[in-house]
Amino acid sequence: MRSKAELKLDTAVGYGLRIGVTAAAIVVFAGWAAMLAHSPGSVADFHEFHGNPALLTRPSTIFGGAHSMLSHRIIMAGILLLIATPVARVVMCVFGFAVEKDRLYVMVSGFVLAVLLYSLLFRA
Amino acid sequence: MTKRFVGLPAFTFSIWIFSLAAGLLGALTGLGGGVVIVPVLALLFHVDLRYAIGASLVSVIATSSGAAAAYVREGFSNIRIGMFLEMATTVGALLGAWLTAKITTHSIAIIFGIVLVYSAWATFRQKANEGRLEADRLALALKLCGEYPVPQASAEAADEYIAQNVPTGFSLMFLAGTLSGLLGIGSGAVKVLAMDQAMKLPFKVSTTTSNFMIGVTAAASAGIYLSRGYITPELAAPVMLGVLIGSLIGSRLLVRMRVRTLRLVFALVIVALGIEMIFSGATGRI
Repeated sequence: MRSKAELKLDTAVGYGLRIGVTAAAIVVFAGWAAMLAHSPGSVADFHEFHGNPALLTRPSTIFGGAHSMLSHRIIMAGILLLIATPVARVVMCVFGFAVEKDRLYVMVSGFVLAVLLYSLLFRA
Repeated sequence: MTKRFVGLPAFTFSIWIFSLAAGLLGALTGLGGGVVIVPVLALLFHVDLRYAIGASLVSVIATSSGAAAAYVREGFSNIRIGMFLEMATTVGALLGAWLTAKITTHSIAIIFGIVLVYSAWATFRQKANEGRLEADRLALALKLCGEYPVPQASAEAADEYIAQNVPTGFSLMFLAGTLSGLLGIGSGAVKVLAMDQAMKLPFKVSTTTSNFMIGVTAAASAGIYLSRGYITPELAAPVMLGVLIGSLIGSRLLVRMRVRTLRLVFALVIVALGIEMIFSGATGRI
């Protein structure tokens, strides 16, 4: 049965997600516009797979102090923010279940969070 | 086949237009527009499959999280069931993402084609499930039950349900997660199948819970895609923005449009793309 507290948590989670996605979209758009403004002559060929420049594959270098490939890194930062939104949702659920004293689901959502964190810390 | 080089702005803009259409059609028909992103990028834009699945996965997270607010507020989705099943989907997603580096893009294309054809077929054979109230010990122990609002005159109206066949549902979710990680899709069709057919949950609970699980499943493989360089900004940006805006517009229009013919047309498009993917993978074109 949906208690008032549960409904509050669910609504908060929903709004949080919306805000996260909107913020991520704005950041990505800004980066995309900047990228197009700076490279009108670039050629687009994605036929072969070369991976990404190392600068763009890790959160540390995406947010790092370097100035190269700034527009690309802004886009990647927006994508990281996007990936963070479902992660944040799971974190909110862990807390929500803890508040409801639902130990079983604190562990269940904790497990899911652990899997997500493993993926984000993964090095190819 | 002559290689034609297109300037980046034109390329990126065309991708944005296609993504907009995909998101729009996906929201209007309920068939999930993201599922056509990979075939369109790979077949039409000649993008390597790995970049395509990277861009697609990003759009899947965007639409799922963007739409989630609506589903959660309606009171149909069940967070406990969703979270419990996400244990299976997220681990499956890790496996799927790991597999992308191990199997050839030809095989991935063929699997993708099969999944496309299956999804189109599956959405037409769905019959609304009412949900069961048979006591299932495992389900009750794991609290996999709930109530959902029933639009009736009586103020007390709320239908209760208890999940059935938990192990089967769990295993199907693992498969859904693996497909999501391997193909950069949301696997909504498989998730709904598991909840609706195997676990006998009420249809609206299955669809809404699936919708909000998709983002978490995708996030599980996103980290791995990121570190492998599958997500490239020039592609991910237009795809993400296009699909997001398209699905927002689509869900607004939904109230006013008659979607049956649209669904049929879109389903046929999906089947055509699926067959094309299978052939391209089999002949080594992708």
